[in-house]
Amino acid sequence: MSTAALVPSAATVRKRNWLTHWSLAGKLGLAVIAFWGAVALVAPFLPVALGEMSDAGVFEGVSVQHWLGTDYLGRDMLVRIVAGTPYTIGVALVATLIACTLGAVLGLLAAVAGGWLDQAISRFLDTLISIPSKMLSLVIIAGFGSSVPLLIAVAAIVYTPGCFRIIRSLAVNINAMDYVVVARARGERRPYIMRREILPNIAGPLLADMGLRFVYALRLLASLSFLGLGVQPPMADWGSLVRENLGALPVGGAAVLAPALAIATLTIAVTLVIDNLPGHTDADRETH
Amino acid sequence: MNSTILRLVAGRIVAGLGSLLAVSAVVFAITGVLPGDAAQEKLGQEATPETLAALRKEMGLDRSAVVRYFDWLGGMVTGDPGKSVVTGMPVAEAVKSRLPNSLLLAAVTTAFAVPLALGLGILSALWRGSTFDRMTSMTTVAVVCVPEFLVATLAVLVFAVQLKWLPALSYETSLSSPGEMLRSFALPVLSLGSVIVAQMLRMTRAAVIDQLTAPYIEMVRLKGASAARTVLFHALPNAIGPIANAVALSLSYLLGGVIIIEVIFNYPGIARLMVDAVTQRDMPLVQACTMIFCAGYLILVLIADVCGIVANPRLRHQ
Repeated sequence: MSTAALVPSAATVRKRNWLTHWSLAGKLGLAVIAFWGAVALVAPFLPVALGEMSDAGVFEGVSVQHWLGTDYLGRDMLVRIVAGTPYTIGVALVATLIACTLGAVLGLLAAVAGGWLDQAISRFLDTLISIPSKMLSLVIIAGFGSSVPLLIAVAAIVYTPGCFRIIRSLAVNINAMDYVVVARARGERRPYIMRREILPNIAGPLLADMGLRFVYALRLLASLSFLGLGVQPPMADWGSLVRENLGALPVGGAAVLAPALAIATLTIAVTLVIDNLPGHTDADRETH
Repeated sequence: MNSTILRLVAGRIVAGLGSLLAVSAVVFAITGVLPGDAAQEKLGQEATPETLAALRKEMGLDRSAVVRYFDWLGGMVTGDPGKSVVTGMPVAEAVKSRLPNSLLLAAVTTAFAVPLALGLGILSALWRGSTFDRMTSMTTVAVVCVPEFLVATLAVLVFAVQLKWLPALSYETSLSSPGEMLRSFALPVLSLGSVIVAQMLRMTRAAVIDQLTAPYIEMVRLKGASAARTVLFHALPNAIGPIANAVALSLSYLLGGVIIIEVIFNYPGIARLMVDAVTQRDMPLVQACTMIFCAGYLILVLIADVCGIVANPRLRHQ
């Protein structure tokens, strides 16, 4: 590390932005996420013919032509990983957004409405939560086959109940606050109370929860792809890349290590960032 | 044991059975009702209406979904979950041949993981803030947030490929002699165990720290008790409830982890049976395996709950 990074320049001191309070690990995590995000955005527009066969041997080690070696068909591993990034991140991200939106809306509704509606939503989602996440996804895939939209749906269904629980328990507390009672007395409707009175007060924990769900979704989808039940060939996410190239293990090839490390860097980076978010809790870590 | 505890525990058991029933309805709906007509799918596009009707009758699909559900539930409870669609073999037989292997793997992993996790968890709570504590917590965070197959892959790479201590992905798991068993068990138990140890360690550490910051521990320290005495005789007895709770909850990870581990190591257990059944879309087998896993999961959660209740001194001395 250069001294410039250790001694903050005058400009950064004056401009106290939101990053100031972050630990070094958190900033590192943010950088890694930004890197993979950029790769995911750029990958679809790269002029390289993805999945192109070459005359290279299979499971070659790291070389100048192939920075991360070659896979089980002699394809360049770096190209495969870059091509897999949009699937890996995209599917998990969309699923997380759906799960958290759905969970937040239902959680807020349950807290504000109370009564039978609260009971019905809570009981139903409690049932889903008492099926281990991998079992639930396997059962859904067994019933409907595997495709990218279905995988998004699977991860969304699996992670909605957890998000619902957190949002509901936070919202129930805020719902009892005086200003919400006042808003109610003023004659405000439910959507207004949910959106304007309660949501701004739970935005921090919701964001932290979203990050946590994203890590879970990444893990789940990678595991499903690893079992051969996730993203189907010729498409490949990082999980399927590990599965395809398991044969490289005995020769110690980079083909299996590279996608595995890609997953590890991304999940660990997101976890580091969450630890720096305001209002993050460890409370939900024990499920899944 | 008093009546309050008994009542609470009985309540939890009833609630657990209720959850299991609800879960069975969800599982049946996803696998048996929502995907549409299984007979149509089996015969394909060229099916004539007559053959379709005949097959529906044979498969029992001409009855309503509710009747089929109760029929299926009855079969599940009496130990006859039907026949495999792919092999025609009774599901009960397939499960019976695989379940003991999975239970053995789970038992060995538990026997190895629980003492290790408790020991490390208590030590890192004692020396919190030290290098040891920071190292363990960094490692556990890393292990917890990466997928299980990654841990397994790395274990194979290190112990089988680089160090050559153990066989790599064994294609024939032999459980006949103790030596063979040790060799084929080592890597699956190591990979499965590390995930569970990481979980359990975090929770144990939190439970013990929670006690160590309590005022009565301060008092014990002021009276001049040694560190070991403080922890072993004062803090631990009070932390046993939360720890038992943590152990039971962490063990429920076995259920998720075992799927990946059995597949990667080609272990002839029930989780691999289920993954194969999902690949072949063999519904009766999928349903039976899922219900076994869900029952196991609910039992562990129930044990965690009961430990929490029984260990609560306010409930015990009423």
